[in-house]
Amino acid sequence: MTTTERVGRPGGTVVRVGPVSGRVRWRQVAVPLGAAVAVVLLSAVSLGRGDFPIGLTDVLRALVGLGEQTQRFIVLELRAPRIAVGALVGLALGVAGALFQTSARNPLASPDVLGITQGASVGAVAAIVLGGTASGIGVPLAALLGALGTGLLLLLLAWRAGIDGYRLVLVGIALWAVAAALVDWLLTRAEIYDAASAYVWITGSLNARTWSEAVPLLVALAVLLPAALACSRVLGVVQFGDDTARGLGVRLVPTQAVVVLVAVGLTAAAVAAAGPIAYVALVVPQVAIRLTGGSRPPLLASGLLGAALVVGADLLTRTVLPQALPVGVLTAAVGAPYLLWLLVRGRRRSTL
Amino acid sequence: MTVNSATTTPTLPGTGTVRLAAESVSLAYDDRVVVRDLDLELTDGSFTAVVGPNGCGKSTLLRALGRLLRPVSGQVLLDGRAIARTPTREVARVLGLLPQTPVAPEGLTVGDLVARGRHPHQSWLRQWSRDDEAAVAEALTWTDMADLADRPVDELSGGQRQRAWISMALAQGTDLLLLDEPTTYLDLSHQIDVLELVARLHAERGRTVVVVLHDLNLAARYAQRLVAMDDGALVASGTPAEVLTEQLLADVFDLEARIVPDPVAGTPMVVPVRRLR
Repeated sequence: MTTTERVGRPGGTVVRVGPVSGRVRWRQVAVPLGAAVAVVLLSAVSLGRGDFPIGLTDVLRALVGLGEQTQRFIVLELRAPRIAVGALVGLALGVAGALFQTSARNPLASPDVLGITQGASVGAVAAIVLGGTASGIGVPLAALLGALGTGLLLLLLAWRAGIDGYRLVLVGIALWAVAAALVDWLLTRAEIYDAASAYVWITGSLNARTWSEAVPLLVALAVLLPAALACSRVLGVVQFGDDTARGLGVRLVPTQAVVVLVAVGLTAAAVAAAGPIAYVALVVPQVAIRLTGGSRPPLLASGLLGAALVVGADLLTRTVLPQALPVGVLTAAVGAPYLLWLLVRGRRRSTL
Repeated sequence: MTVNSATTTPTLPGTGTVRLAAESVSLAYDDRVVVRDLDLELTDGSFTAVVGPNGCGKSTLLRALGRLLRPVSGQVLLDGRAIARTPTREVARVLGLLPQTPVAPEGLTVGDLVARGRHPHQSWLRQWSRDDEAAVAEALTWTDMADLADRPVDELSGGQRQRAWISMALAQGTDLLLLDEPTTYLDLSHQIDVLELVARLHAERGRTVVVVLHDLNLAARYAQRLVAMDDGALVASGTPAEVLTEQLLADVFDLEARIVPDPVAGTPMVVPVRRLR
């Protein structure tokens, strides 16, 4: 039995199906839906565009395994995995940023600022520079370990009978500085070719991504995304102060630990696949919160907007721009001004 | 009657059943002991105000009573059961608390704030039951906040904001309500407004209320019982007339004062003369 009724307050449409009940606001449905449509459209365009343009019908034929072999190869083996990695990375970073920002109650708390992506860079650059040749298997694993290690260190150092958001940001910035120094040191002593390939990696790039990067990322997301969404309801209470949240029956310490660990895991998986694509995790949740009009970054909308941003930025770098730029350059160049515009235009302060 | 040590456990009036009790509780932040060996019993339907000078440990005591702070020794009992071993969620269905100057996230509307009060009654599947809806609607109406339900909390005046928080605590539907200085930063008329609301919660809704207050005259007017603390110990407990004596004000607040009957309510009223020492 389904009942849907419109109530004046507190806002939203009430949905009740048997024992299941909830409230739905149209903007919180429309924004992720719109973002999902954008991801699909951008991916479809992206599959056909590039140095070797392929028409829509040929793309569709290639997708179902028909058509010329060259076209099949380009669509299925070159472009599809690249787009899939881009979408999944954007999804993971958007959700990770929203989790960090909500649990720390601070919009600065994103994996970029907290040193986690920088930690991944340390791992990857060390693997490239010290390991000699940049093998495709060693670097992602090193980046993953670098990100996870930094994330756990962050959690340990910021932990004082729970997580204080301000302390988390300060500890994170300190870790970021240490990791940045390590990366610089590794780069100065690297061979020039290694340094060049390390440099592309730390900008965040989707170049030459294959299914071997997309599949592990998909597996990580299949585990971590449901975990993140399961935390969504409790995060609405966690974003109050500690005392209020505990007064409302939240087991704050385990909740915050789980949320931060899931966010670290999502970041590490994303960064291992595509490098630290800049500012997606910082900017996208703040854009999402302004589009949906709630009081905290919505998880699903942040993820899907992140996916749209990365896929769109990748499409632009491959087609419109004269040089094939790493996608991370463009996400920073597009995402940051858009947030600035929203900040200037809106009456919201920059705080959560 | 003034009790000068914590050796006797003061029982406060009400229907008699003890709802919340501190048993030789000592409280500390890291190594700094704030409250020592304190006993207190709060009976069903009572309205208690905890008073005392700055830093005497009254807010700390309230946090321990609300399970926000684990005692270093002794224990807090909620309905006869050790609160530390009761799941947070179960506690949150019986006992609501309002921290000092709580902060609402930017952009959160009054309606949403009050709706969050239902959190301990909700689950992942059951996020908005008819009970939730009824409780929130009633809390909004009862606190006169229904017309402001769509307004962001951060746009409200201090007095309205405090009403919104009290509305949330009401929607939580707990028998017990602990409030830490709910009148901080409010002008006098809004202080009265908030305390009238709390008094109505007690009188009309049968809530057991414990409130930490700075203003002795307001505490004496609204609470049935005063509990006076000094330097981490309970120094007096009883009706306002029993507790608010010139001697106690001298001992606890270092204040020379006259006590006169409040011309409106007849409760004791403190008229300060000068600070002693």
